[in-house]
Amino acid sequence: MGEFAQQVINGLSLGSIYALIALGYTMVYGIIQLINFAHGDVYMVGAYVGYFSMTTLRLGFFESLLIAMVICMVLGVVIERVAYKPLRNSTRIAVLITAIGVSLLLEYTMMFFVGAAVRSYPPLPDYLTGSFQVGGVTVGNQQVLIIGVSLLLMAILQLIVRRTRVGRAMRAVSQDADAARLMGINVDNTISFTFALGSALAGAAGVLVGVYYNSINPLMGILPGLKAFVAAVFGGIGLIPGALIGGFFIGGVETFVSAAGQSLYKDAVVFGILIAILIIKPTGLLGRNVKEKV
Amino acid sequence: MAHPAPQASGPAASEQADRAGETLLSVDKVTRNFGGLSAVSNVSLQIRRGELVGLIGPNGAGKTTVFNLLTGVYPPSHGAIEFTRDDRTRDIGGMAPHRICAAGIGRTFQNIRLFKDLSVLDNVKIAMQANVPYGLFAAMFHTPKFHKAEVEIVDRSMELLGIMNLADKAGAQARNLSYGDQRHLEIARALATEPTLLLLDEPAAGMNPAETSQLTDLITSLRERFKLSILLIEHDMSLVMRICERLYVLDHGVVIASGSPDEVRRHPKVIEAYLGEEADV
Repeated sequence: MGEFAQQVINGLSLGSIYALIALGYTMVYGIIQLINFAHGDVYMVGAYVGYFSMTTLRLGFFESLLIAMVICMVLGVVIERVAYKPLRNSTRIAVLITAIGVSLLLEYTMMFFVGAAVRSYPPLPDYLTGSFQVGGVTVGNQQVLIIGVSLLLMAILQLIVRRTRVGRAMRAVSQDADAARLMGINVDNTISFTFALGSALAGAAGVLVGVYYNSINPLMGILPGLKAFVAAVFGGIGLIPGALIGGFFIGGVETFVSAAGQSLYKDAVVFGILIAILIIKPTGLLGRNVKEKV
Repeated sequence: MAHPAPQASGPAASEQADRAGETLLSVDKVTRNFGGLSAVSNVSLQIRRGELVGLIGPNGAGKTTVFNLLTGVYPPSHGAIEFTRDDRTRDIGGMAPHRICAAGIGRTFQNIRLFKDLSVLDNVKIAMQANVPYGLFAAMFHTPKFHKAEVEIVDRSMELLGIMNLADKAGAQARNLSYGDQRHLEIARALATEPTLLLLDEPAAGMNPAETSQLTDLITSLRERFKLSILLIEHDMSLVMRICERLYVLDHGVVIASGSPDEVRRHPKVIEAYLGEEADV
C-alpha cells in the first residue's frame, strides 16, 4: 500500500511535467491543426536557459523558472512568425515537415553552442532538496515543488482561456478561424498568443525536468516531446482538459511500469497506448466524433 | 447621425452623395478573378446611410463573392471599395477582415457559422470584445476596470440576445439551438460587432413563411433601432420585395439591373435571367 502511494506521488510529478508540455501541443493543434514537433525542443531550450540562469547568472530557482518561461515564450512566437505564418495557406503536410525542420534546427543549434555532452543541473537550495514522510510515504520537497508549480501554471492557463478576452478569441479561432476573423478578431495575434502560452509552459517544464532528473542534453526534448504528444492524443488533441488527463495518465503508466521492474519497456508501453488509442478511439478520451463535412 | 453636412473626402463620395443621405459604401467597378474565371466583374453599387438594399440573382451569380470582397475574405482583383465612417472615406478593398469589421461592416453567413461549442452568450461576447478596452493584466487580476468592462459586455450581450428572443437560451451551447434560433444568433453576433453596415447573407434560408414574415419585421426594426444600413442577399422574393428600397440584380457576376423592386420586377433582363416563368407571381 505504501509502495503504491509512493508510486502515485512519483507518477504525479512526472505526469504534471508531461501535462505542461502536452498543453502546448494541444493548444497549438486546436488553433491551427498543426502538430508542432518543435515543441519538445522549446522545452529543451527552457531547460538550458534555466541551467545557465542558475549557474552563470547564479539566480535562484524561481527567477530562473521565470526567465526560462519568458525566453521560451519569445522563442515560440518567433518560430510561429518566421516558420509557420508564411505557410498559413499551404497544405498541412508542408507545415508539419517545417515543424520537423525547426525541431532539428533547434536541437543542433543548441548542440553547436553548448556541445553534445550531458550536463547536470546545479544543486538546489536546501529547502528544495529535503523530503518528508506522510504515512510511510516519502515525499520529496522537489516533487511538491514540481506538482505545485505545474498546478499553479495550469490554473493560470485556465483563467486566461476561460475568463479573458484573448482566451475567448482563442476558443473562437479554434472553432472557426474565418468566422472569427470576420467578427473582428485578429487571428494572427491570437495564434501568436497561443504559441506564447504553450511555449512558456514548455519552458517551465524544461526547468522542472532539469530539477527532477538532474541532467540535460540538447536531444532531451525528443522523447518527452513525443510522449507529451501521446498524452495530448490520449486526452483528445485540441482539448485542454484532455491534455491534463493525458499527461497525468502517461506519467502514471510510465511510473508504474518502471516500478514493476520493467523500466526497459516503459517507452514501448507508452507508444503502445498511442497505437491502441488510434485504433479504438482516434479522437481521444474526451474527443467528440466529428462527422466529416461532405 | 446628427453630423452637419458631411464633408466627403473621396471623389466617389462627392459624386454619389445626394439628398437621401451620404454614401456609406461605394463599390466601383470591382472585379474578382479566380484563376481564369471572373466570379464578379465590373460590379458597381452604392449604399447610402440608412438604406436597405437587396442583392439578388440566380445561384452562382456571385452574390456571396460580393459579400466576401466587402468583408475582406479576399481582395478585389480590380476596382475600389470605399467605405465611409465618421466622415472618413477609406478604400477597404483588400484590408484585413478584422479591420474591416472594426471599421463598421458586420455580416452573417449563408451556411450558419457560429462558434458551435461555445455558449450562446459567449458567441456574442466574443464579437463584442473588439470594442472593449482592457488588458490581460486587468483580466487576470480582476481589476475594477476589468469588472466594469466585463459587466458591461455581459449587459450589452444580454440586451442583444433579448432583442433576438434568445435571452432565455444564453447559457445553452450554440450547437443545441434550433435552426431558426441559430440564424437569430448569427444576427445578434453580427450586431455585437457594432456595424454601421450590416450584410445579411440569406437570412431567411430554410425558414417557413411564418418565420420569414417574423424575420422581415425584425430586420426592419433592427434597422431603426441600431441606425443600420443593410445589404441583404435573399432568395425569398416576398421578403425582398417587402422590405428592400432598392435592388441590385447579379447574373454571371455582372450587375444586370438595379432600381426599386417594382422597376426590377419589370426589367426584361431580370425576367429572363432570374425570375423566369415565376415573373407573374
